[in-house]
Amino acid sequence: MEILWFALAILCWVLFFALEGFDFGVGMLAPVLGRDDHERGAAIRTVGPVWDGNEVWLVAAIGVTFAAFPDWYAALLSGLYLPLVLVLLALAARGVAIEFRGKVDTPAWRRRCEVTLAVSSFLAAGLFGAVVAVATTGLALDPAGAVVGTGVERTLGPLLSWPALAGAVLGVLAALVQGATFLGLRTTGPVRLRARRAAVASAAVAGVVAAGVGVAAGGTTLLFAVVVALLAGVAAVAAGAGHEGAAFAAATLGVVGAVVAAFTAHVPVVLPSTLDPASSLTISGAAASPYALTVITVGAVLILPGVVAYQAFSYWVFRRRVASERVA
Amino acid sequence: MTALELSRLQFAVVTVYHYLFVPLSISLSALTAGLQTAWWRTGDERYSRATMLAGKLLMATFAVGVVTGLVQEFQFGLSWSAFAQYYGDVFGPTLAIEGMLAFFLEATFLGLWWFGRDRLRPGLHLATIWVVAVGTLISAYVILAANAFMQHPVGATIDPETGRAVLGSFGALLTNPVVVASFPHTIAGAFMAGGGLLLAIGMWRRWARPADAEDGTVRGTWRVLARVGAWTTLVGGAAVSLTGDVLGKVMTEVQPMKMAAAEALYETTSHAPFSLFAIQLPGMEQPWSLDVPWLLSFLATGDPTATVQGIDDLQRQYELQFGPGDYTPWIPVAYWTFRLMIGLGVVATGVAAYVLWRTRRGRDFAPAWFADRWLLRFLWVLPVLPTAAATFGWLFTETARQPWLVFGLFQTRDGVSPTLTPVELVASLAGFALVYGVLAVVWVRLVLHVSRREPAPLHPAPERQETPEPVLEMSY
Ligand code: HDD
Ligand code: HEM
Ligand code: HEM
Repeated sequence: MEILWFALAILCWVLFFALEGFDFGVGMLAPVLGRDDHERGAAIRTVGPVWDGNEVWLVAAIGVTFAAFPDWYAALLSGLYLPLVLVLLALAARGVAIEFRGKVDTPAWRRRCEVTLAVSSFLAAGLFGAVVAVATTGLALDPAGAVVGTGVERTLGPLLSWPALAGAVLGVLAALVQGATFLGLRTTGPVRLRARRAAVASAAVAGVVAAGVGVAAGGTTLLFAVVVALLAGVAAVAAGAGHEGAAFAAATLGVVGAVVAAFTAHVPVVLPSTLDPASSLTISGAAASPYALTVITVGAVLILPGVVAYQAFSYWVFRRRVASERVA
Repeated sequence: MTALELSRLQFAVVTVYHYLFVPLSISLSALTAGLQTAWWRTGDERYSRATMLAGKLLMATFAVGVVTGLVQEFQFGLSWSAFAQYYGDVFGPTLAIEGMLAFFLEATFLGLWWFGRDRLRPGLHLATIWVVAVGTLISAYVILAANAFMQHPVGATIDPETGRAVLGSFGALLTNPVVVASFPHTIAGAFMAGGGLLLAIGMWRRWARPADAEDGTVRGTWRVLARVGAWTTLVGGAAVSLTGDVLGKVMTEVQPMKMAAAEALYETTSHAPFSLFAIQLPGMEQPWSLDVPWLLSFLATGDPTATVQGIDDLQRQYELQFGPGDYTPWIPVAYWTFRLMIGLGVVATGVAAYVLWRTRRGRDFAPAWFADRWLLRFLWVLPVLPTAAATFGWLFTETARQPWLVFGLFQTRDGVSPTLTPVELVASLAGFALVYGVLAVVWVRLVLHVSRREPAPLHPAPERQETPEPVLEMSY
C-alpha cells in the first residue's frame, strides 16, 4: 500500500516536471527566439491553454505527498523554507505574466510581461533543480524527523553545495531542451527554425553536463547520467535532422528518467539524513494511516483517469501549430 | 515579534490575499456561464458582449487566484510543519482530492473555454465554462470542509501513541455541520462580490459617456451588466443573511466562546440583547452599547428568551475541561469584525436594491440621478464592500477560534515549524508583500483597462479552419 502511494507521489512529481519543464523552457526562450512582438506572442501561445493544467500536477504532487507522507512534506518544506518561498514567488510572477501579457495592448506592457516570464521561469527551473538535488542528497534530520539547525544557514546552506549547483544547472538546461523541442513541434515559420537550432545547442550542452555530473558523482548516478546524456544526444540529433516529435520525446524521457532516478535513489529511504542514516525518513516511517491512504487511492483511481483523458482532449483540441510568420 | 507571531501574521496576510480573488473567481465563472447561456438561447448580441467582458475579468482574476492558491498549498509545510504532521492525515487527503477533483477541471476547462472559442462547437464551448463554474464550487466545498474540521473536529480520532489526528471517516469530514452551513454562506457572499463588480462596471460605463456616443448594443450591454450585477448582489445579500443566521446557530453550538466574543457578552444572560455598536471611553467601567433587546438570544438559538452563555462562564468551564490557560479570544477584534462583515454586506445589498428600483421596467439610467458626476468616483466601492465583508468574516472566524488551531484539540502555539526563525519569516514576508503588492496593482490596472474598452462579442459559431492557428483577439 505504501509502495503504491510512493509510486503515485512519484508519478505526480514526474508528470509535473515533465509537463511544466517545457512551460519553463518556452518562457525562457520566447524573448530569445521571438524577434518581434508577434513572434514572441506565438511562442507563448503554444503553452497558453495548457500551462495551468500542467501546474496543477504540482498541486496534486504536493497534496499526495502531504497526504501519504506528512513527515516527508513537513521536513522538506520547513527545512528548505526560503528556497521554496522563492520558488513560489517565481511561479506566481510567471503565471501572471503569461496570463496578463495579451490583455493590455501596448508593446511596453507586453515587453515587461515577457521579461518577467523569462526571469521567473529561469529562477523556477533552477531552484526546482537545486531542491530536487538537495532532497536526493538529504537534509540534517534528527531522530524525530525534523530538520536540525536554525536560521538562514539551515535553509540556504544546503543550496550552497555542489549537488545543488549541478541540479540547478541541469534543471535550467532540461527546461531549455524541452522548451526548444516543444516550440519546434508546435510553431511554424521563423520561430520553428530558430527553435530547432536552440534545441540542438541546448541538448548538446545538457548531454555534456549530465555526463560530467555523472562522472563526478560515480556509483548509480553515473549509470543514470549516461542514460540521460544519451537521451540528450538523441534529442540533439533528432532536432538537427528535423524529427521534432522524436526530439521532444527524447528530451521528455530524459527529464522523466532524471526525476525518477532522483526520487528512487535511496529506496526505501525517501529523505536521507545527513547526520545519521538511522534518522532518515523511510517509506513506511513517513506514511499516513491506512484509512487515509485508502481514501486517496480510491479518489485517485476514480478521478485521475478522467483527468488524463480530458487533459489529452485539451492537447488534441490545440494540436495545430501556432503560426509565427506574419500574415500581412 | 516571535516566530509564532510572525507565522500567524504571514499566514493571515497570504490567506486573506488569496481570498480576495477567490470569491470573484467563484461568482464570475458562474455569471459568465449564465450570460453565455443567455446568449446561446436568445442570440442577443448584448449577452455575447457581456459574456466576453465577464470572461476577461474571470481570466485575470483566476490567474491571481491560481498563483496565490499554490502558495497556500505549501504554507502548511513551510511555517506550520508541526501542525502539518499532526493534521496531515486529515488535511492531506482533503487537499489531494481537491486538487484531483476540482483544480484539474478548472484549469483545463478554462484554457479550453478561452482558447477554444473558435474551435469547439458552440454547445461544447458553453459546456466548458459550466465545468469551470462547477469546479470552483467543488474546490470551495472541499477546502471549507478542511477549515470546518479546525472549527469543529469530526471524523478523526487522536492516536494515543503519536498524539496525531487519524482520519476515521472521510464522509463525516465532508458532512461536518459547520461546512454544511458555511458553504452556502460563503458562496452567497462570493456572488455578492462578483455581482458588485459587474454592477459597478455597468453603471460606470453607462454614465461615463453621453448616451449617443455609443451604439445601442454597447449601451444595452452596460445595462445588462448593471442589472445582472444588481440582481446577483441583491439575491446574494438575502442568501448571505439567511445562511449567516443558520451558521451563527451552528457556531453557538460548537464554539459558544466565539459567539460570546462576537457580542462581547461577558455574563451569561437570558433574553440577551444584540449590540449594534459599542464604545468604551477612557474612564468608563462598562462600554456603552446600542442594543436591540432579545435579538441575540433569538439569533443564537431561535428563542428570544433563551440563555446565552457569557465569556467569563465559558472561560471557567474551559479551565476545568482543558486545564489552566487563557481561552478567551481577542474580544474587540471579534466584536468589530463581526459587525463590519454584516454592516458592509447590508450596505452593498441596499445599493443594489436601489439601482434595480431606479432601472425597473426598462427605465434607462437617468443621467439626472447622477448629474452629480462625483458619484461616479465612488462606484468602486460596490465590489469592494462585499469583498471587505468576506474578509472581515474570515478574520472573525479565524481569530475568534484562538487560542485553538483545531478547536479543543490543538493549540496554535504548538503548530508552528519548530526550527523557523524570525529572520526567515521577515524575509519571506517581505517577499510576499512585494510580489503580492505588485500583483494587486497590476490586477487593478487590468480590470480598469478591460472595463474601459468597448466589449467585443464572443466569436460567432466556428467554421472549422485548417492550419495554421488563427490569432484570437486578446490571446497571448
Ligand atoms: C459578503 C460577505 C458576507 C456577508 C455580507 C456576511 N457574511 Fe458571514 N461570513 C462570510 C461572509 C459574509 C465569510 C467570509 O464567508 C465567512 C467566514 C468563514 C465562513 O465560513 O464564512 C463568514 C462567517 C460568518 C460566521 C462565523 C462562522 C464560523 O466561525 O465559522 C457567522 C456566525 C456569520 N458569518 C454570520 C453572518 C450573518 C448573520 C450575516 C448577515 C446578516 C453575515 N454573516 C453577513
Ligand atoms: C479553508 C481553509 C483554511 C485553513 C485550513 C486555514 C488554516 C489556518 C491556519 C493553519 C492558521 C494559522 C494558525 C492560527 O493562527 O490559528 C490560520 C490562521 C488564520 N487564517 Fe485560516 N485557514 C483557512 C482559510 C482561511 C481564509 C479563507 C482566511 C481569510 C480570508 C483565513 C484567515 C486567517 C487568519 C486571519 C488567520 C490568523 C488568525 C490568528 O493568528 O489570530 N483563513 N488559518
Ligand atoms: C488555506 C487553504 C487553501 C488552500 C491550500 C488553497 C489552495 C488553492 C490552490 C492551489 C488553488 C489554485 C488551483 C489551480 O491551480 O487551478 C486555489 C484556487 C482556488 N481556491 Fe483556494 N486554497 C485555500 C483557501 C481557499 C478557500 C477558503 C476557498 C473558498 C472558500 C478557496 C477556493 C478556491 C477556488 C474557488 C479556487 C479557484 C479559483 C481561483 O483560482 O481563484 N480556497 N486554491
